Amino acid sequence: MTTTTFPAKDQPVQYYELDEHPHPEGHSTMLGFWIYLMSDCLIFAILFACYAVLGGNYAAGPSPKDLFELPLVAVNTAMLLFSSLTYGFAMLAMQAGSVPRTRLWLAVTGLFGAAFLGIELYEFAHLIHEGAGPQRSAFLSAFFTLVGTHGLHVTFGIVWLITLIVQLGRKGLIPANQRRVACLSMFWHFLDVVWIGVFTLVYLMGMLR
Amino acid sequence: MSHDPHAADHAHGDHGAAPLPHASRRDYAIGFILSVILTAIPFWLVMAQPLAAGTTVAIVMAFAAVQIVVHMVYFLHMSPKAEDGWSLTSLLFTIIVVVIMLSGSLWVMYHLNSNMMPTPMDMRQMP
Repeated sequence: MTTTTFPAKDQPVQYYELDEHPHPEGHSTMLGFWIYLMSDCLIFAILFACYAVLGGNYAAGPSPKDLFELPLVAVNTAMLLFSSLTYGFAMLAMQAGSVPRTRLWLAVTGLFGAAFLGIELYEFAHLIHEGAGPQRSAFLSAFFTLVGTHGLHVTFGIVWLITLIVQLGRKGLIPANQRRVACLSMFWHFLDVVWIGVFTLVYLMGMLR
Repeated sequence: MSHDPHAADHAHGDHGAAPLPHASRRDYAIGFILSVILTAIPFWLVMAQPLAAGTTVAIVMAFAAVQIVVHMVYFLHMSPKAEDGWSLTSLLFTIIVVVIMLSGSLWVMYHLNSNMMPTPMDMRQMP
């Protein structure tokens, strides 16, 4: 942080720095990305609030107990948790400076993410097929919006993963790529944190309603 | 990073290239094992229903809160020192906003529902 030295009595006090000092490229990227994640957190908080308010309005339609299959949700949760662990391995491989191992673990993470998405899409298709689509009741609208937004985030995370795997293959572990891998790590773990809220408040609490 | 070209001329000691969060195998292992435990128990409690519903709700919510902290510490490498404390500051600000927004919404909407005129027919009996 800036150091303030008190000048001699005849000089005015300056609370700013006169000398230019270098700001290396990307020195604030991690904090900036964290603040983006916090704003994303607000989006999810609003969707959670919507679900909490509307989650009991079934409009004489099906309730969570009629619809949700907890074993499927448990498998989905495991997929996302495994992907968090394999992303951790990718970070460790990056710290060790190994491009092939970083790419391998990023690819494994992407596969777990894709498995998660596949199961979620299967669940959505199943619900819509049963007539429990987003237009059925306020509960289902809120459910599809909340869980769908999370799924959309995972989709973009996978797009980013693929992009990074290609970039690492072409440029290797240059500082910019290291920053990108670290940012995506925050994004990916953040999605897992949001999923804790989803499986607890939507699925587990739904079964206890 | 050790091969940072600006590391040599750090006369100011600030504004260096941001050091990427240092991850360790131990952190990820602890985080993963704790997460598995903190996920498996709530799922089991809800699927097997060995306890009263109210107790189960309290335990499941508590486990979720703990698991979020576990993820923050072991996966997101959150610490009071990260980014000179700005990460934690922005996180605390977000938590305050989220708590006000969530509790406020639930409170307002609960009272709205209970103060509504009784409907001639309960919606549940509608076709």
